[in-house]
Amino acid sequence: MTHKPKLKLATTSLAGCFGCHMSFLDMDERIVELLEHIEFDRSPFTDIKQLDHCDIGLIEGGVCNAENVHVLRTYRANCRILVAVGACAINGGVPALRNHFSLKECLEEAYVKTPDMINPHIPDDPELPLLLDKVYPVHEVVKIDYFLPGCPPSADTFYRFLSELIEGKEPQIGKVELRYD
Amino acid sequence: MVTEPESKFIRIDDQEIPFVHGQTIMDATLAAGVYIPHLCHFPGITPQGNCKLCTVEVDGKPLAACTSPAAAGQRIRNNTPELNESRKALTQMLFIEGNHICPSCEKTGNCPLQAMAYHLGMLHGHFPAQFPVREVDASHPTIMLDRDRCILCSLCVRASREVDGKNVFAIAGRGTHASLIVNTANGKLVDSDIEPSDLAARICPVGAILIKEHGYDAPIGKRIFDQHKINEIGLEKIYIAGAKSDDS
Ligand code: SF4
Ligand code: SF4
Ligand code: FES
Repeated sequence: MTHKPKLKLATTSLAGCFGCHMSFLDMDERIVELLEHIEFDRSPFTDIKQLDHCDIGLIEGGVCNAENVHVLRTYRANCRILVAVGACAINGGVPALRNHFSLKECLEEAYVKTPDMINPHIPDDPELPLLLDKVYPVHEVVKIDYFLPGCPPSADTFYRFLSELIEGKEPQIGKVELRYD
Repeated sequence: MVTEPESKFIRIDDQEIPFVHGQTIMDATLAAGVYIPHLCHFPGITPQGNCKLCTVEVDGKPLAACTSPAAAGQRIRNNTPELNESRKALTQMLFIEGNHICPSCEKTGNCPLQAMAYHLGMLHGHFPAQFPVREVDASHPTIMLDRDRCILCSLCVRASREVDGKNVFAIAGRGTHASLIVNTANGKLVDSDIEPSDLAARICPVGAILIKEHGYDAPIGKRIFDQHKINEIGLEKIYIAGAKSDDS
C-alpha cells in the first residue's frame, strides 16, 4: 500500500456546547484507525493555538461574537474543506434562542436581574469579545463546503464522513442517517 | 354537457392509476398508494393549496396536486429530481421563515416538517435565517401555541371549522406579516372553546400547537419518525394520536 501524506484536520467550537466534539470522541478506537490517515492541527483536542494550512476544518457552534467571526474567517482562509458541524453551526441552534430578545435584555437578565447577584452589572472588561446582535449560522459569514446536521452528529456520521474524504470520495451526507436532534 | 371519457386514469411518473370523478390528483394518488410530498393536506379536510410542496407537473404545467382535479389522460411528473429540488427549497424557506430549533422542540421526532426535510435531504436552511419574533400563547391550561414554529398551513383553521364545529383559529395578514390568530376578544387561547381532544389541537404538522404535559413522552428511537418515513401513506392517524403512539 502506498502511503499518502496524512490529511491535516483542525476543529474549533464557536457558540456551541462542545457536544459535537464529544460525539467526535465517541468514535472511540476508530479514532486510532483514522490517525493513520489524518493528523490534528489546531483543535481543543490538541490545544494547538495557531492554525496552519489544513485540509479539513470542522466548525462546531454558531457565530455569537466578534471573536467567533475572527476564528471562523481564519479557518476559512486556511482550510481547503470547511465543514459546518451540528445544529448550532447550521442554524444557530439553542444559542439562537436568544435571538428573540435584544442583547440588552439578555445581558440584563443574566447579569443584573438574576436574584442574589453580588455587584450586579454587565461585564465590560475590554478583553471580552463584543457580542453580536444575534447568533448566526456559520454559512452566513463564510462559505461552507459540507454540512453535518445533528445535535450532535453521531460518531458514525463523523466516521463515515472522514472515511469518505480519506478515500478521496465525495462524501454523501444525504445518505447517512439524517437527524436534526 | 361534456361527456366524461371512458377511461378514468391518470398517469403519474410511469404508473397508471384510476380515479373517480371529483377526486383531486392528491386523492387519487393517495388512494393508489403513490406518495406526493405534502404538508398542508390532510385527508377529509378541504384542501387549500398553501404549502405548494405537492406541486407536480401536469402535462408540463406546475400545479398543486391537492387542489387540482384529476382528469382522464393527464400525464403527471411527480418524483423527479427537479421537483424534489424545488420542494427542498420550499422546505428550507419554511425553516428559515420561522424559528425551528429542533433539538429544543417538543415535537422533534414526531414532526412532519422535520421528516419532510429528511425525506428531501435538507442539510441546511440555505437562505438567510429570519429569526422572526413571534408571540407565544401559553394562556390555556392544557394547550400551548408557539407561533415560532407555525408554517401557516391552516390545517388547524380548517379542522376547527370543518370537524370540530368551532371556529378557534384564523390566519390574519399577508406575506411575511401573516400570522395565526385566535378568534377571541383578546386573542388568547384561554378564552376559546378549544379542547385537547379537538382535531384542531392535534393536527398541527409542527410543534406550534402542543398539548401541555406531554412533551418528550416517547424516548428517542420510539418517536413516530424514528419508526416511519414521511412517504408512508396513511400516517395521519398516528400524527393525531400524538407522541403517545410509540408503538409500545
Ligand atoms: S416544529 Fe418540527 S421542524 Fe420545527 S423545530 Fe420542531 S421539530 Fe423542528
Ligand atoms: S398552528 Fe400548526 S396547524 Fe395551525 S396553521 Fe400553524 S402550522 Fe398549521
Ligand atoms: S399539500 Fe398541496 S399545497 Fe400543501
